[in-house]
Amino acid sequence: MSIAHHDRYGREHVVEHGHDDGHGDHGHGGAAHGTLAGYLTGFILSVILTAVPFWLVMDMPLPDAQTTGFIVVALAVVQIVVHMVYFLHMDPRSEGGWIMTSLVFTLIVVVIAISGSLWVMYHLNTNMMPTHDMGVL
Amino acid sequence: MTHAATEEEVRFHLAEEPHHPEGSSTMLGFWIYLMSDCLIFAILFATYGVLGGNYAAGPAPRDLFELDLVAVNTTMLLLSSITYGFAMLEMVKGRTRMTLFWLAVTGLFGAAFIGIELYEFTHFIHIGAGPQRSGFLSAFFTLVGTHGLHVTFGIVWLVTLMVQVRRQGLIEANQRRLMCLSLFWHFLDVIWIGVFTFVYLLGMLR
Repeated sequence: MSIAHHDRYGREHVVEHGHDDGHGDHGHGGAAHGTLAGYLTGFILSVILTAVPFWLVMDMPLPDAQTTGFIVVALAVVQIVVHMVYFLHMDPRSEGGWIMTSLVFTLIVVVIAISGSLWVMYHLNTNMMPTHDMGVL
Repeated sequence: MTHAATEEEVRFHLAEEPHHPEGSSTMLGFWIYLMSDCLIFAILFATYGVLGGNYAAGPAPRDLFELDLVAVNTTMLLLSSITYGFAMLEMVKGRTRMTLFWLAVTGLFGAAFIGIELYEFTHFIHIGAGPQRSGFLSAFFTLVGTHGLHVTFGIVWLVTLMVQVRRQGLIEANQRRLMCLSLFWHFLDVIWIGVFTFVYLLGMLR
């Protein structure tokens, strides 16, 4: 498609993507609609990625709680990516890349805020807690 | 250089506004809003991470959480996500009636989620594990409650859009609104993945 045309939202598309997949506005923001196959794939993956961590914690097939914890967190990260791809239809090229730029910026701020808070408060606790025995507070 | 030439060359503003079709920037703007919402949740997660172990000799996650209930809740939200997807697929095909049907199903799953969460909250408060009991419970109620409020307002928005679609049909503006709500709804599902992982599952392991 090398000509300008207007999709059903009245937006002008010029050249942006080469593909024409029958429902006009693929790749617009999280705004693409996806397909039935895409939604079902995402759903089945999500069910598996939800059921496995619940099973790991409820039945504790692994004796080590720490290993279980790592696996549970890893599965959550994978599931978040699955949701972004199949449900939110993230596309690096959508909206001229601004969607992805704002996402990366947000993730950086989120990582700094969470890891920074935990780091600072952990050290505050170990250095500042009164020494009398209060158990695990 | 004549006065006219200066006028021509030195210009610090656009002579005329470039034409933006209605709604052309809505999706990006809404995405930016979602990212700011994401920061709110990040701070609440950080707060929970810091305060989550402060039980003040009160109940710990292991004493309170019922994972069966959380699993049912998670299922409700996941089902509501796929049914919203079905609504979007019907919207693309221009079938108003089926779009409304799937939106209604989505709303019911969302309401079930909220119902189960409210049951859990009232149960906790009833057994003396309210938000004022300990730092852990304050952080828990704030984080999970904020998510629940988002879902509640999502349902209000959903019902509003159903009325609008019923009255005006699947006009461009309504399709745009439905796409914004779609992003919002799936975004809340993503946040819930963080909640059930870090609050409930890791809480039970602690």
